[in-house]
Amino acid sequence: MPAPVIELLPFFEWCEASALGQVVRTSVWLFPVIEAGHLLALCLLGAGLLVVDARMLGRGLTDVPIAEIHAALAPWLRRGVWLLIATGVPLFMSEAVKCYYNPSFWVKMATLPVAIVFTWRVRSRVARTAGEATAHTRLVAATSMALWFVVAAAGRWIGFSS
Amino acid sequence: MLRDALTWLAGTQWSVSLHESLWVWPLLESTHVLALAWFVGAAIALDLRLLGVTPRSIPARSYTQRLLPWTRAGFALMVVTGVLLFTATPVTYYESLFFRIKVLLLLVAGANVWYFHGRTQRGVAAWDTGVRPPRAARVAAVVSLVAWGGVVVAGRLVAYNWFACDLQTRATWVTRLSGCQLP
Repeated sequence: MPAPVIELLPFFEWCEASALGQVVRTSVWLFPVIEAGHLLALCLLGAGLLVVDARMLGRGLTDVPIAEIHAALAPWLRRGVWLLIATGVPLFMSEAVKCYYNPSFWVKMATLPVAIVFTWRVRSRVARTAGEATAHTRLVAATSMALWFVVAAAGRWIGFSS
Repeated sequence: MLRDALTWLAGTQWSVSLHESLWVWPLLESTHVLALAWFVGAAIALDLRLLGVTPRSIPARSYTQRLLPWTRAGFALMVVTGVLLFTATPVTYYESLFFRIKVLLLLVAGANVWYFHGRTQRGVAAWDTGVRPPRAARVAAVVSLVAWGGVVVAGRLVAYNWFACDLQTRATWVTRLSGCQLP
């Protein structure tokens, strides 16, 4: 295998050796509790994401314009993602080197920025002005669900593929 | 009685195969977690409306009725995957303090749903289009958020054997609450 252009392992080792990483790793209960918080944040993501995606697919709240339900839930989607990041970072720091050698971690980290950029650059713009579900909104919603599905599923799989 | 039945279940070919499977158990567990984002996500969305937080412009009744089939489907997926996962290591779950807390919170959440649909929602016509539903509906929403949140947290902590029966250093109350067999 050719050597990577940028060597990332030292950064992962630095993360794990950091004060935050050490505090979480050496504690008996911090990792599980933050992990539970990460799951609660996942539920918040589900609340902010799925109702609107379903509506963009032409399901669920079909008597309400897409833009209206999007406006109502977008702040909650944002909060869910911030909470996921805030809980995900300390979890990662505590076992960064294990993550480095974990394929699922890389699948998740490759998909996450795509999902975030797609959600706020494409999905938000389309949903903000949309009324009824069209082929266009359906495509956007299906892409959104697929991207976040990969992020969540790969995230869960980090714990299995160690 | 229950322990005997679960001990028998744990010895069946089904349970052992599921417990030792390389792919089936992780796939079931992943489905359980993703169904969580779906079902609890939908529950949070419903509760936010009942609290009068968002979306204020949509009548409570049409909002809840449109979302309910989705919530039920997500719940069904959670129950099916959850029961299957339980059959993999039934005695371990039976003796898990966190699993017992989870079951208790599930009963609270279930009673709350039953009470809300049986009583509070019957008068929905009176407050349907109001921004802020009456106190009873808001209480139901808070109970729902706390109970389902607790189910998620306790469910995650089941994986950690801090109070496992085979640990030497456990307090008497833990032994009693976990239903451990005394030596």
